[in-house]
Amino acid sequence: MSTSNLIQDLINGTLLGGLYALIAVGYTMVYGILRLINFAHGDILMMGVYFSFYFIAALTMPWWLGFIVGIVGAGVLGFMVERIAYRPLRSAPRISSLITAIGMSFFLESLAVVVFGGIPKSFNLYPTFFSKILIIGHTRIQVLTFFILAVTFLLMFVLIWLLYKTKIGIAMRAISVDIPTTSLMGANVDNIIGLTFIIGSMLAATSGIMWAMRYPQVQPYMGFVPGLKAFIAAVIGGIGSVPGALVGGFLLGMVEILIVGFFPNLAGYRDAFAYVILIVLLMFRPSGIFKVYSEQKV
Amino acid sequence: MKRVSVKMNFILTTILVIGSGFFLLFANNSFGDYWSRIITLIAIYAIMAVSYTLVNGVTGIFSLGHAGFIAVGAYTAALLTLPIHQKAMSFFIQPLIWPLNSIQMGFLPATIIGGIVAAFFAFIVGYPSLRLTGDYFAIATLAFAEIIRIVIQNSYSITNGALGLKGIPSYTTIWWSWGWLLVTIVVIGSLKFSSYGRALRALSEDTVAARAMGINVFRHQLMAFVVSGFFAGIGGALYAHWLTTIDPRPTSLGIMLTFYVLIMIVLGGLGSISGAVLGAIFFAIAAQWLRIVESPMNLFGLKIPGIPGMSMLIFATVFILIMLFWRRGIMGKRELSWQLFYNFFLKEAGDRN
Repeated sequence: MSTSNLIQDLINGTLLGGLYALIAVGYTMVYGILRLINFAHGDILMMGVYFSFYFIAALTMPWWLGFIVGIVGAGVLGFMVERIAYRPLRSAPRISSLITAIGMSFFLESLAVVVFGGIPKSFNLYPTFFSKILIIGHTRIQVLTFFILAVTFLLMFVLIWLLYKTKIGIAMRAISVDIPTTSLMGANVDNIIGLTFIIGSMLAATSGIMWAMRYPQVQPYMGFVPGLKAFIAAVIGGIGSVPGALVGGFLLGMVEILIVGFFPNLAGYRDAFAYVILIVLLMFRPSGIFKVYSEQKV
Repeated sequence: MKRVSVKMNFILTTILVIGSGFFLLFANNSFGDYWSRIITLIAIYAIMAVSYTLVNGVTGIFSLGHAGFIAVGAYTAALLTLPIHQKAMSFFIQPLIWPLNSIQMGFLPATIIGGIVAAFFAFIVGYPSLRLTGDYFAIATLAFAEIIRIVIQNSYSITNGALGLKGIPSYTTIWWSWGWLLVTIVVIGSLKFSSYGRALRALSEDTVAARAMGINVFRHQLMAFVVSGFFAGIGGALYAHWLTTIDPRPTSLGIMLTFYVLIMIVLGGLGSISGAVLGAIFFAIAAQWLRIVESPMNLFGLKIPGIPGMSMLIFATVFILIMLFWRRGIMGKRELSWQLFYNFFLKEAGDRN
């Protein structure tokens, strides 16, 4: 593989990894607090992309406003999903909320098929400026790539600041260690869990919109596989840990691109890498890179 | 309370089975092609649901990999029954590898081999995965099922890859599917009420306590998982010969199928075999009935266009409502039994006398 190809792959890997990382944050925060794999997370992402698609295409709004509407819409949707489907089951056996989450994912997908139609639509609603190609040395890079990388890193810094420097962030981290104690400290548990869902969904929708810009398509099942892989990224990083999810996302994206880069005849199996990594990891180091405190009660 | 005696139970069950046989004979001859196919499908769904509930309900571990085993059974059996000239015609990207391209066998051995291969895959998947618990197990089995699907999609010289298999002989009749359902219910039913089954139910209540009582958790769970995989494979084999075309898209033999079977067992009540059968019956009939919603209709002179995908939306809504408000489903963990009927219909009359 030539150097310029390698650089190209590294950039693409970082890009894909960043998109996974933004989705993975929502999984890891929800799992950290509720011990729930939020299967609907990827589908909330998909709904966010559809919101912005129709807002721009049907209401002829400027593209940036459409993106913001999609992201906010996904946040509201995430909050509603938690309120309607997960909160009533918080004290039920954990497997019940997992089944409900699967049902919710199925529900959102079929809702999108009914409301938006099952046929994939081309998502090319951003200014042509983004599709310009810069040639640096022998490497060709789209402007869009820089835009996505910039947004991804900006959001990650905002998130880390929010989690580690603000009162709300401290409450969110505290709640994932011990819910009753945190509520005794005067934090409103329900509000904070709701907020966690809003933040996670908004990050996922941002990632989804950038995903749709990059692989320019939107369809009802677009969220499922990225969602599953982002969950795997969260497991790689150590589920429950936000920095872990970010690192795991980048690692997974890089591995996926580089394996195909070095062994092009494995391209058909690309989607299987993540699953193989997940299984191997669960066998030998289920706690991931960043081990998170956990206890098992008898 | 009067107990229904063992002898009475046996007689009533035999009458029920023979009666159902006559009903199926009648249905097969006079219901027409369309409904015969639906009745066949009900039994196929029921086989998948009963085998799924053995793992997800009785054993209390939560697998999301059922469609993977169904796919393995479907592909194995289909490759064994496909006529040789059909194979030569379908595999035009890469020819089929040696032993498979010259074999053609009957439906029964093909189905059984399909089940055995699926059981073997269940062993390979279960052996490492069962060291995990709870949702990690669920996600690991889901990952395995996806790997199986992706491998099927890419092995052009074995499975014909994304093109799928066409022209599978439509061997699955009412008799085959309901016959296999009877076998499935008898085997999984006796398993559930054997000492193994009691151990499994103990595990599902409290793993730690069961382990303390000397139950080998891993071996019991693995055994249930393999048996479940076997019947999933049988269900898959019957399904393939019902559909006559199979391909590895996620919507046909992928995660979607796992969702459908999950709906059936949740509706019927997790852990109940008769519940799983009832759930399958409801699902299959409702799916046919809901086709009305998806096709255009004329209501009081108003033309209402069909809404594609509406039936799945209704299923999903019902599914979530069941999880929120009616988590025990139709049967809960109980089984339909003559005792239950007796208590329900005759007890009050008996008390009065």
